Amino acid sequence: MSATVLYTVLSLTGIGLLAAVVLYYVSKKFQVTEDERIARVEAVLPNTNCGGCGQPGCHAFAEAVVKSGDLSALHCPVGGNPVMKQVAEVLGVKAVEKDPYIAVVRCSGSFEYRKKTNVYDGAPSCAIAAQLYSGDTGCAYGCLGMGDCVVACDFEAMYMDEKTGLPVIIEDKCTACNACVKSCPKDILELWPKGKKNQRIYVACLNEEKGSTARKECAVACSGCAKCAEACRYEAITIDHNLATIDPDKCKLCAECIDTCDVRNIVATNFSPEKLQQASEHRQKREERERRKREEEKAQATANNNPEPTV
Amino acid sequence: MKNRAFDKELKTFRLGGVHPQDNKLSASAPLAQLPLPKQVTIPIIQHIGAPAKVVVQRGDTVKVGQVIAQHEGFISSNIHASCSGRIGIIEEVMDSSGFKHLAVNIRVKGDDWLETIDRTDTLVEEISLSRDEIVARVMEAGVVGMGGAGFPSHAKIKVPEGKTIDTLIINGVECEPYLTADHRLMLEKPREIIVGVRILMRALGVSRAIIGIEDNKHDAIELFDEWLREDKQIEVQPLEVQYPQGGEKQLIQAVLDREVPSGRLPADVGVIVHNVGTTFAIYEAVQKNKPLVERVVTVTGKDVKQPSNFWVRIGTPVIELITAAGGLPESTGKVVSGGPMMGKAIADLEVPVAKGTSGILMIAQAETKRAEEYNCVHCGKCIEACPMGLEPYRLLLLSKAGQSEKSKRENVLDCIECGSCSFVCPSNRPILDYIRLSKTKVKKLK
Repeated sequence: MSATVLYTVLSLTGIGLLAAVVLYYVSKKFQVTEDERIARVEAVLPNTNCGGCGQPGCHAFAEAVVKSGDLSALHCPVGGNPVMKQVAEVLGVKAVEKDPYIAVVRCSGSFEYRKKTNVYDGAPSCAIAAQLYSGDTGCAYGCLGMGDCVVACDFEAMYMDEKTGLPVIIEDKCTACNACVKSCPKDILELWPKGKKNQRIYVACLNEEKGSTARKECAVACSGCAKCAEACRYEAITIDHNLATIDPDKCKLCAECIDTCDVRNIVATNFSPEKLQQASEHRQKREERERRKREEEKAQATANNNPEPTV
Repeated sequence: MKNRAFDKELKTFRLGGVHPQDNKLSASAPLAQLPLPKQVTIPIIQHIGAPAKVVVQRGDTVKVGQVIAQHEGFISSNIHASCSGRIGIIEEVMDSSGFKHLAVNIRVKGDDWLETIDRTDTLVEEISLSRDEIVARVMEAGVVGMGGAGFPSHAKIKVPEGKTIDTLIINGVECEPYLTADHRLMLEKPREIIVGVRILMRALGVSRAIIGIEDNKHDAIELFDEWLREDKQIEVQPLEVQYPQGGEKQLIQAVLDREVPSGRLPADVGVIVHNVGTTFAIYEAVQKNKPLVERVVTVTGKDVKQPSNFWVRIGTPVIELITAAGGLPESTGKVVSGGPMMGKAIADLEVPVAKGTSGILMIAQAETKRAEEYNCVHCGKCIEACPMGLEPYRLLLLSKAGQSEKSKRENVLDCIECGSCSFVCPSNRPILDYIRLSKTKVKKLK
């Protein structure tokens, strides 16, 4: 009896030792040496694995930055500049500052403004509805309202507003990871520079129909009337396919265009009402000056063309 | 003496299939001419391939049969004026696809046809054109597959180089419930269809043609059998009633027991399939010089006052057909263009009838409403029902997870979108919706 126990213990110990030796040599022989900086970079990253940087995950991002050693093309949108600064410190290179972005909803067609013309009865997914037909309202460009973007968001930074039927972005939580942008079949969501003092201006409409048609489909659709483009001093607003688009790189956030829009569809985020009022007055004064100047010039021109007859 | 059709054994395809109630309410309604509408709106893309190019301008006067949009390339199709009158606005309008496409509006005035078109009912049996002339004539007439797919017919009757076709199959299956357009056409124009078959045989250079008809259309089988008694080349094959037998690949399997390999065409197994509606249109194009300006449309539904089969000019607003059949029933939940299995609900009753519109179906709200969706219970019914041998439940999961690469490996592109899986699912899962999404994504992968 005791002999059996002894043999068992001895043989198992023997096998254990042998295995330990084999494993030791195998681990030495086939050791994969990873650049230890990868682990250090990964430690400072947010580790959300959202894919917003374009890499499959945070580890892949760490590998990519260590491999390239250059931070101009690689940027973690979730961590933003502070995290990229830490990454730069780990690698001993110069940090590249990038303006933070945020997702914006480029549709204002709430239930109130955009009436339903039919009832969608398919699977509750925007992607599926979008390939079946142009949507349950007259507008073929607007939000379908089934919230594929909310499902795609990993940061709980979005919700569907039940009153308007449109998605809302929670400013503090949005990391500009691009997941919602990719999920939207109508391209309603767009990454926009977060802007100085968190202020930004954009046109919340994508309807490219002719003005009259667009307004029939949605009461607040952009008709491409170009009043905003005329008011802009920086040529930041272009009209293309009956639709006004603001170029965020050119926009100086002067907010003078806001009240030129008949349907108030130029969204100005985080502007105080006083500032908007001021901007409006400023614009009106400027236009008044320009108008007077034009009239004077015209009068001058008429005077020059018809010189008074000399006697 | 040749075997009578009824002595033959009923054939069907081997894999999957379902048996929806056939509800052929309009089977006894003879073909009737729909009164000319006040205006027609003709989309310039009603086919697979390149859109046609508009060659008329607002204000022009056109006659019936005049080309209003010219084909662009070989896989494209001519579009003709289906009514005479003055060209109205040319703009993007919603069509039965659910999207806006460029369309030509015609304000109808009189019924003035081009003189070159033979509008008499006399049967012309003598086929005087050569193979190439037939292809050219069919191309000129803008004939496309009228079963719904809308593939330009001239491209299908020109045998691809390096391939030999030995059999022509004529699809008289009409396996979709409710629809009777092909059935009525077979009953009322059998001899024209037979001449159409001979034209196709000449164009393809084949000596054998089989007309496949499902067993629920006894009268049509009998009629064709009678007319083809002395014919050694064309035969009628009765088929068991099973959906989706009208699918090209299913029909080939049922009739000839040949399987079209994944990603290949019927021509690869020596077969070409044409629908009876298309065959009739080809007869008219070749023998009567008549372009495709009208088609048979079934207007039906359980609560519809007079389920009917109309000759309808292309571009007629759907609402006109509904009015002619007794108006929109109050119970209506969805108006579907096509049959209940593969058809598509339309979002606007003003959409025009296109070359591929085989029926307008009004389904009651109680019948059509999507039932609540439950979790998959892995019963395997969808796998049993799939006529293409796919695993629909798995394709649904892969689609939801966005795994396009894996879906591609699971041959999602083989799906013919017959809807059998969604039809049998006891958990009411929207399987086909997700498979379609997956197909779109997989096509983008390439």
